Amino acid sequence: MSGPLTIFDKPNSLIGKPVDRPDTKRLLQGRGKFVDDIQLPRMVHAGFVRSPVAHGRIVSIDLDEARAVPGVIAIYTGADLADHVEPYVGVLSHMAGLRSAPQMPLAVDTVRWTGEPVVMVVASSRAVAEDAAALVFVDIEDLPPATDMERALEPDAPVIHPDFGNNLAWERTVEAGDPDAAFARDDVTVVERTFRFGRHTGVTLETRASVVDYDPSEDTLTCHYSGQAPHMMQFIFAKHLGLPEENVRVISNDVGGSFGIKIHTYGDEIATAAAAKLLQRPVKFVADRLESFLTDIHARDHVVHGRIAVTREGEIAALAFDDITGIGPYSMYPRTSAIEANQILNLTGAPYALENYRANAKVVFQNKNLMCQYRAVGHPIAMAVADGLLEEAAHKIGMDVVEIRRRNLVKDDAYPCTSATGMKLDDLSHHKTLDKLIETMDYDAKRSEHAALRAQGIHRGLGLVSMIEVTNPSPMFYGIGGAPIASQDGSTIRLEAGGAIHVSSSVTEQGQGTNTILAQIAAGVFGVAMDRVKVTTGDTKTTPYGGGTWASRGAGIGGEATLQAAHALKEQVLDVAGVILQAKPEALDIVDGHITDKDGTQRMSLSDLARTVYYRGNELPSDMTPELVATRHYRVTDFPFVFTNAAMAAEIELDPDTGFVKILNFWAVEDCGRVINPKLVDEQIRGGVIQGIGGAFYEECIYSEDGQFENATMADYLVPMAFEMPDITIAHVETPTKTSVLGAKGAGEAGTGGAPAALMNAVNDALRPLGAQIHQMPMTPERILEALGTV
Amino acid sequence: MTDTQTISVTVNGETASAAVPVRQNLVDFLRNTLGLTGSHVGCEHGVCGACTLEVDGAMVRGCLMLAVQADGATVTTIEGYGDRASALRAAFIDRNALQCGYCTPGMLASALEYVEGGGGADRAAIREHLSGNYCRCTGYQSIVDAVCDVIEGEGS
Ligand code: FES
Ligand code: FES
Repeated sequence: MSGPLTIFDKPNSLIGKPVDRPDTKRLLQGRGKFVDDIQLPRMVHAGFVRSPVAHGRIVSIDLDEARAVPGVIAIYTGADLADHVEPYVGVLSHMAGLRSAPQMPLAVDTVRWTGEPVVMVVASSRAVAEDAAALVFVDIEDLPPATDMERALEPDAPVIHPDFGNNLAWERTVEAGDPDAAFARDDVTVVERTFRFGRHTGVTLETRASVVDYDPSEDTLTCHYSGQAPHMMQFIFAKHLGLPEENVRVISNDVGGSFGIKIHTYGDEIATAAAAKLLQRPVKFVADRLESFLTDIHARDHVVHGRIAVTREGEIAALAFDDITGIGPYSMYPRTSAIEANQILNLTGAPYALENYRANAKVVFQNKNLMCQYRAVGHPIAMAVADGLLEEAAHKIGMDVVEIRRRNLVKDDAYPCTSATGMKLDDLSHHKTLDKLIETMDYDAKRSEHAALRAQGIHRGLGLVSMIEVTNPSPMFYGIGGAPIASQDGSTIRLEAGGAIHVSSSVTEQGQGTNTILAQIAAGVFGVAMDRVKVTTGDTKTTPYGGGTWASRGAGIGGEATLQAAHALKEQVLDVAGVILQAKPEALDIVDGHITDKDGTQRMSLSDLARTVYYRGNELPSDMTPELVATRHYRVTDFPFVFTNAAMAAEIELDPDTGFVKILNFWAVEDCGRVINPKLVDEQIRGGVIQGIGGAFYEECIYSEDGQFENATMADYLVPMAFEMPDITIAHVETPTKTSVLGAKGAGEAGTGGAPAALMNAVNDALRPLGAQIHQMPMTPERILEALGTV
Repeated sequence: MTDTQTISVTVNGETASAAVPVRQNLVDFLRNTLGLTGSHVGCEHGVCGACTLEVDGAMVRGCLMLAVQADGATVTTIEGYGDRASALRAAFIDRNALQCGYCTPGMLASALEYVEGGGGADRAAIREHLSGNYCRCTGYQSIVDAVCDVIEGEGS
């Protein structure tokens, strides 16, 4: 490419470089600042009495013995807090027909899931709070629970919210073309399957945690919060505790994993804030692991009946499915629990040029913990259904699974276009990523190797997925539905007197490296070294207003705001420099902390310039009023989302005697637009793949029929550990999004969204010669043996 | 239950005496009483490895040991590894072998145990050694890379 140098290939650009993360130094010295590390003067601790049953009427609560425990400071029931907390309802106005009942931080009258907080004990230590909580007696009259999501809609099922008449929270159908006619054609092969996806949860290593302090002298509430969306929480605390919004400050320093778990409104956290306000002293609540399993939002839990019709040439003639999902007894506030089903309607089959499509989703209430957004919302289901059906169809018509993709994937030069599901797509590269994947994994060699091994009784399988990922959401996601969730973000950059710059941004850091990439962008665009950039995120009092980090939006939205702010600051600085140096600003540049001529000759240091402006303003013309600080905000316009795409493949070996599967290899080729820091992006993708492997093989929240959570410990709920995990090969295709100058899309969820589909396809590839198939995740050894008919 | 007992422990080179509740575990004592918040708690039931730290030369789970059991012991936490861990720290930074950093104190302890124990740059063996330490953010690969780098760096 010819033409002038862009900011991306100028010598001082750091964009695209694998620079180290400055934050890691602190974390490796044990100097992280997590919420539980905070001890404030007069701080007290909250513990909770939780419902032991899935559904019941609270008859009475006896607090006498608990109150007598030395060290107990206060005990609150649901009724006690009802006067102090405005109830919340998790619906969005643009999701027509979605309904949910008002929720309170502590159950009032009725409990609706095992683990629902009922009574809060505040005491001098967490241990004392737990001692006292064990002495609270809650008399609960059992009500019949509706736990099975498929049966929850039957006419005789117990109704969880009697006013609603039944347990249907929301239903939506998407239809394009004429799927019925396409399925009826006599030149198509139809494949029909039922897929089941278990419930799983985030298991952030740091559990949910908050320390809330209230200062009555100024009516201010400060919450140290392990979360992803501080400004959203500022609104929620203010609204539901009756405080002016500007009097609430939410601070999120180091956050020990989040993955979407920490963007929701949890009763125990609201109760903790209410207690801090009532007691006028700091209250700490840190969920223990059992509380996390019982109450952190769960995800997935879908049953999908899907059908695909393909022609002899391998062209997809139609795709249709019905999805049913259980969301627990309420739609989670404020993001709503219907989003996952909605994503599945929107995303299934979206990589493919499809004309005939029908999808129906039913979202039902049930007496289990709430379900809501967790990493790669809806994606694993959408991808597993579409690519599972597609690979099966390929085998039915005797076509290679790569070939059938090549025939159906939207062409790389066909953008912008709209998918059958109504999604506006642009700047995607399905064919390029698939080609790169095939080359990286040496597909043909693997296939022949597997065939040879099969003859020796070794059962290996390959499975692929072509996927899209929702990133960089615009206001069309939550804002239009009335949720207090910003889709725009801001960055403020100021020149310090010492010649460094300070970036303050509303996107947040949870370990993915936000602070680092913002520093890279600012340093390169403005013209200082990385170590002269300081970054502040995660504090509603000191950062611009914005949405925080979720839906892979930090780089794409926060990064673009930072790029724009760095440009703006640079212009200001060059204006001042032009006056001081008697030069045209266009003839100057900033490189390595110095004002230079365009040819690189240093003229003055940034600190000289800053000190002149800050200390010796008398040396400037009086009509010049430089600020040396610039703020820019950015939001995605014209598109509801900026999609990324990826092609991934898994290679597994199956032991048909034990049902055990060993993952031998995993390859991911991701197009997340401009890669800002490959070192960070690669391990993001790997971490995502590992969570996808968790969903595919290990993780499941197992409930009994009557709604007891049966594996709520880390020993019983399996997560991927180092030994079972493969090395993962990553490659990139870079198609920058045209929606921004930076061109960055998100990269945080692709692995979690795509890996389960590739893995299920790989297992089925190994099972097929044995006459078996599996369509249920997690694919446990027992389920594989069931599929094989051996148990 | 409020029974307490006075213990004396040497932590990161400094000796501390304190009256501790007999039911308190070591990691809570270190974090809450001594303010050494580097060691983390992920499960308090011995599974996740976040609380791994060194007691009398052995890496232990700080959540499975009572503070009273550490009476008279020498304890080293992430704040106290000093130069012993500097090669690993550098490799962890270079490989981006941590994201949120919550598992990191325990992960570093287990990695240190492996390296000091003379473990080889064998990826499967490293993975096996680290498989009592849960990391939810990374793909583990970068951690294995970092451990290999240190071993290979020392060997050459
Ligand atoms: S906190 Fe000790 S092993 Fe998890
Ligand atoms: S870096 Fe987050 S748990 Fe390991």
